[in-house]
Amino acid sequence: MRGIVKHFPGVLANDHVDFELARGEIHALLGENGAGKTTLMNILYGLYRPDAGEILLGEQAVHFRSAFDAIARGLGMVHQHFMLVNSFSVAENMTLGQPSPRQPLLEDPNTVRRRIAEISNQHGLRVDPTAVVWQLSVGEQQRVEILKALYRGAEVLILDEPTAVLTPQETDELLAILRSLAGQGKSIVFISHKLHEVMAASDRVTVLRDGRVVGTVPTRETDERALAKMMVGRDVTLAVAKGSARPGEVLLQVDGVFADSDRELPCLQGLSLKVRAGEIVGIAGVAGNGQTELEEAIVGLRPVKRGRIRVCSTDVTNQSPKTCIQAGIGLIPSDRYGMGMLPDFSVADNLVLSTHAGPRFTRRGLLNRGAIRAHAAKLVHDFDVRTPSVDTPGGALSGGNIQKMILARELSGQPRVLIAAQPTRGLDVSATEFIHRQIIAQRDTGVAILLLSTELDEVLALSDRIAVIYEGQIAGMVDRAEADLHEIGLMMAGRGGPARGAEAGP
Amino acid sequence: MRAAAQAARPAAPVLGVLAALLIGALLLALAGIDPLMAYGVMLRGAFGGSRQVQETILKAVPLALVGLGLSVSLRARMWNIGGEGQYFIGALFGTMVAVTFPGWPAWLLVPAVLAGGLLGGGLWAAIPAWLRTRRGMNEIISTLMLNYIAVLLVEYLVRGPLQDPASYLPESAQFAPAARMPALIGRLHLGVFIALALVPLCYLLIWRTPLGFKLRAVGSRARVARTAGIDPAASIAFALIFSGALAGLAGLIEVSYLHTRLKGQLISGGYGFSGILVALISRLNPFAVVIVAIFFAALTIGMDATHSLAQVPATLADALQALVVLLVLGADALARRGE
Amino acid sequence: MQWEHILTWTFLIALITAGIRLAIPVMLATVGEVVTERSGVVNLGLEGVMISGGLAAFMTAYAIEHSAWGQAAPWAGTWLGLLAGILGGMLLGLILALLCVTLRADQVVSGVTLVLLGVGMTSYLYRQRFSSLTARVAGLEPWPVPGLSSIPVIGPILFNHDVMTYISFALVAVVWFLLYRTTWGQRIRAVGEHPAAADTSGINVNATRYAAILIGTGLAGLGGAVLTVVQLGLFREGITAGKGWIAVALVIFARWRPELALAGALLFGLADSLQYRIQALDTAQVGAGAIPYEFLLMLPYVLTLIVLLARVRKSDTPAALGRPYVKGER
Repeated sequence: MRGIVKHFPGVLANDHVDFELARGEIHALLGENGAGKTTLMNILYGLYRPDAGEILLGEQAVHFRSAFDAIARGLGMVHQHFMLVNSFSVAENMTLGQPSPRQPLLEDPNTVRRRIAEISNQHGLRVDPTAVVWQLSVGEQQRVEILKALYRGAEVLILDEPTAVLTPQETDELLAILRSLAGQGKSIVFISHKLHEVMAASDRVTVLRDGRVVGTVPTRETDERALAKMMVGRDVTLAVAKGSARPGEVLLQVDGVFADSDRELPCLQGLSLKVRAGEIVGIAGVAGNGQTELEEAIVGLRPVKRGRIRVCSTDVTNQSPKTCIQAGIGLIPSDRYGMGMLPDFSVADNLVLSTHAGPRFTRRGLLNRGAIRAHAAKLVHDFDVRTPSVDTPGGALSGGNIQKMILARELSGQPRVLIAAQPTRGLDVSATEFIHRQIIAQRDTGVAILLLSTELDEVLALSDRIAVIYEGQIAGMVDRAEADLHEIGLMMAGRGGPARGAEAGP
Repeated sequence: MRAAAQAARPAAPVLGVLAALLIGALLLALAGIDPLMAYGVMLRGAFGGSRQVQETILKAVPLALVGLGLSVSLRARMWNIGGEGQYFIGALFGTMVAVTFPGWPAWLLVPAVLAGGLLGGGLWAAIPAWLRTRRGMNEIISTLMLNYIAVLLVEYLVRGPLQDPASYLPESAQFAPAARMPALIGRLHLGVFIALALVPLCYLLIWRTPLGFKLRAVGSRARVARTAGIDPAASIAFALIFSGALAGLAGLIEVSYLHTRLKGQLISGGYGFSGILVALISRLNPFAVVIVAIFFAALTIGMDATHSLAQVPATLADALQALVVLLVLGADALARRGE
Repeated sequence: MQWEHILTWTFLIALITAGIRLAIPVMLATVGEVVTERSGVVNLGLEGVMISGGLAAFMTAYAIEHSAWGQAAPWAGTWLGLLAGILGGMLLGLILALLCVTLRADQVVSGVTLVLLGVGMTSYLYRQRFSSLTARVAGLEPWPVPGLSSIPVIGPILFNHDVMTYISFALVAVVWFLLYRTTWGQRIRAVGEHPAAADTSGINVNATRYAAILIGTGLAGLGGAVLTVVQLGLFREGITAGKGWIAVALVIFARWRPELALAGALLFGLADSLQYRIQALDTAQVGAGAIPYEFLLMLPYVLTLIVLLARVRKSDTPAALGRPYVKGER
C-alpha cells in the first residue's frame, strides 16, 4: 500500500500511509485507538476506497470495488466486532455471499460440512459446522471468523484487535495458530494496541499515530518502551500512580443474583460480591460472561430473578433506575451511545439528564436554562471536556470527550457507589489516563467502585481487589498484591480458582 | 458543501411545497386545465375576501389541533395515527354531554362539551397507550385499528341509542344553541382562539418543562432515558393521551359549530391523517403547525372553488398534500446526506 | 341468532371456502412484507401499495376490456390488469426504496406518507377517470380442479377456487423456497440480521434491500389487484379497508415466517367470511339481528389487536429491522 490517504468528515484518518507485507510474515499494525489502523485495513479489504494512493498485490495494482473483489484476490479479514450472523449456523456463515455451485439453490449442506472439516483439520481450528453462532463462546466465534477467511481461500489474513476478547491462554493459542499459518505461507496483518502481544507475535511492526506512519521496525530490534514512545509521541508511564486503599463499610452488596440474558437463557447464576467504601473492586473476564448483565441488574435495567442487591443498605433489587440513582449509584455504562448519552441533546442537557427535574434546575415548574448552562460550564471546565460550547449536540464530540462528559454527569450526582463498565474502551491514551486518575480520586474520597473491564491490564492497574467473572459467577477474588496473572487467566477460562459460586470476598 | 446542506434543511419544507405545487400544476395541465388560472381561482377562493379568509381559518382549526397534538407526541416518537378515531370519540362524548344537558346555560355547557371532547379523545388514546406500555404493542397498528373501530361504534350509536327521535336519518339530536361554539370575532369561534392559545402552550411544554425534556429524551433514545432514571412508559402514555385529547377536541369543535349534530361518517374531514402531514411538514414546530394548517386549509377550500371551472376532483388536494410531505422528506434526507 | 343454521355442513363449507378466497389479498401483502422486513426494511405503506395496485389493475383491465381487441380476448384484461397491479405496487416500492435505502430517511415516516400518497392519488385518479361509480370489469370465475373438486367436503373447500387463488398459494410456497433454499434468500436474511456482516462478505446491502422491497410491494400490489380485478370487479376509495395495515400486523404475528403468514391470513379470511355470513343470517330473519352489523364489521380490527397481544421474542425479529445501513457504523 503506497501513499494511502483517507478523509472522513472532520478527520484525516490516513495521511499518506505506506505499508508493506511480505509473504509468510506476521506484521503488526500498532497504534492508539483512533490512529487509523482499522481504516487502513478496511481500505485494503475493499470496504472503503482511498482518496489517494495505490494498492499493489505482487507487482500488480488493484482496485477493489467491494469486499467481494478483495475476497476473490485472496484477502480475508477478521474484524474487531465479529461479522457473523448470529441466527445462522457456522456453515451458513461460511458460505454467505459465496456463489453456490448450484445457483440459485444453496449448496448441499453435506458438501459444505466436508469442506469445512477439511480446512478445519488442515489448520487445527476446531469448529462445529452445525452450531448456531449465538450459542458459541466468543473464542469459538473468533475461530469461525478465521476459518471463514481461510475457507474463502485467503492467503492474506487481516486481524483487527483479535485478542480483545480472549483469555490469556486463548491469546497464546491464537498466537500459536497465527505462527503456524505464517509457516504455511500465509501472510498476516495483526492490528493491536497491546504492546506485549505485538512483541510476542510479530516479525515486523508498523506504528501509526494520528493517521501517519511513525515508523516500521523489525520486532527483534525494538522493545515495549520504544514502541510506546512511537505510539504516543512522548514518554509514557506505563503504570498508574496509586496510593493504598483504606476500605470502610460495605456500600454495595450483591447476594446470589440470578438473571437471564436477552435470549431468555440463564446468565447470572448466583453471583455474589461486596464492595466497600474507598476501594476499587475490579472484575476481570472475557466479554460475554455476564458483565453487561451484571451492570444492568445493579442499576435496575435487568430483572433479577433471585437474589438481592443492596446499595448503602437500601434494597435496590428490581427497583427502577430512578430509585437506584437516588440510593446513590452512579454508572459509567459500557455502551456509551446506547445507554450513556443522547446525541441530539446538547452537552448541557446531557449533563442534567437525571437531575433536570430537581429544584436546582427548575423555577416555578419550568426548566431554568441559566442554571443548567452554568452547571454545564463548570463541569466542562473541571472535567476537561473539549467542546465548542455547552450547546453543542453531544453526538458531535469525540469518544473520549463523550466519556468525560458522562463521567462528569455521574460524578456531579455525588454517588456513593460508582459502577465503571469498560470505562476506557476505544479511548486514546490521554483520555484513558484522565479517567483512571478520576476513578482513583473518587476512591480516595470514599466512593465504592466496581470496575468491569475486559482489559486485564486496566483491572490490574486500578483495582485493590480483583475478581474474575466466568459464566455468570465470580470464579475467585484476590487482593491485588497477591494476584497471580497465570491463576487469573485460568479463572477467566473457567479452570482453576476456589470453589465456584462461593461467596467472594472477606 | 456541508454548509450548503445544513442551510438547505430549514428550506426543505418550502422547497417541498413549491415542488408539489409544480407537480400539481402539471396534473392540472394534463387534465386540460390552465394551471395559472386554476391557482388564481384557488387563491381567491381561499383568501379573496374577509369571508373567504375566515372560512379558511375555520377550516384550519381541526387540522391545527391535531397537528399540535402530534407535534408533542412525535417528540417521544409516538406515532398516533389514531387521530380519526379519537376525533370521533371526542365528538361522541361531547355530543353525549350536549344532548344530556340541553337546558344548561352556555357558560356551563360550552366548557362541558369541550371537556367531553378532550376526555373522549384522551380515553380513546389511553387504550393504545396501555397496549404499548403493558404489552409492547406497536402504537401505529393499535391506533389504526381503533380508528376503524371508533367510526363503526359511532355509526352504530347514531343509528340506535343516540338517534334523534325526531329524525329519520342516522344522526344524534341537534346541539342546543347554548352548546355550540360561540362566535367571538366575526365568524371566528372559540375554537380558533383555543387553538391559537395552544400554540405557545405546546411550545413551552416541549422546550421549557421537565415533562417536555423527558418526552424528547424518550423520543431520542428511550434506553438512555431509562438509564438516567426517566420512566419511558409515563412519557409514552402522556404523549399518546395528550395528542388524543386534542384530536378529540377537534372532533367536538367540528360537530358543535359545523355539523351541529353527530352524524356518523359524515363528520370526518380526514383531519386525523392530514394532521399527521401538517405535523411532519412543520417539523413538529407548534408555530409552523398553524401556518401549514392554514396552507392545507387554503388548498382544500381553493380546490372546492375550482369546481366551477372544470371537473377537478377535490381529492387532488389530498394527493398534493401527501406529495408535499414526500418531497419534504426526500429533500430533508438528501440534505442530511450532504452533511 | 339461529345456531342450527350455522352448524350445518353447507354453512361451514361455504364459510371456509369464502374464507380462503377472502384471505388472498391479505395473504399476498403479508407474505410480500415478510420478504421486505426480512431484509431489514419496514414498509408501513402497504395500505397505499395495495390500493395503488388495485387501481392500476382496475384501470388497465377496464381499458383493455373496453377496447377493440379486448372483445376478442376477454381474459386479457384480467391478466394484464394483474400485471399492472404488480407494477403499480412496485412503483410505490421504488419510491420507498429511494427514500429509505438510498436517502436513509426514517422508515416509519416514509411508510405512513406513502399510504397517504397512495390513498390520495388513487382517489384523485379514479374520480378523474371515472365520473360515475358504475365502472365494472369482469372478475374470474372459479375453476374447479377436475377430479379433485368432487371429493366430499375437502373438494369444494380446496379445489373450487379461481385460478388466482391457486397461484397465490403457490406464490407463498415460492417465497418460502426463495427465503430458505436459495442464495438470494440467504442474502436477504443476512442483510436483515447483520448488514455489516453481509457487506463484509461481499453482498451489496442496498441492492438486496431494493430487491426485497420490490418483491414485497409487487406482491402487495398483486394483492390489491386480486381484490379489485379478480374478486370484486370494481374499485372504490378505501376499498382495501385497512387490509394493508392488517398485513403489517400479521407479519409480526407470523414472526416473519411465510408459513405462519399464510395461517394468519387464513384466520382473517375466515373472520371476514364469518362476519359476512352472520350479517346475512341476521337480515334473513328480518329486522331484529342479534348483533348490530357494525360490531360484526369491527371483527377483523379487534382480531388484529388480539392477535398482537402476545409478546414477540426479540430473537424472532430481524435484528436490523428499521435501521438504515451506513457503512462503517456498528
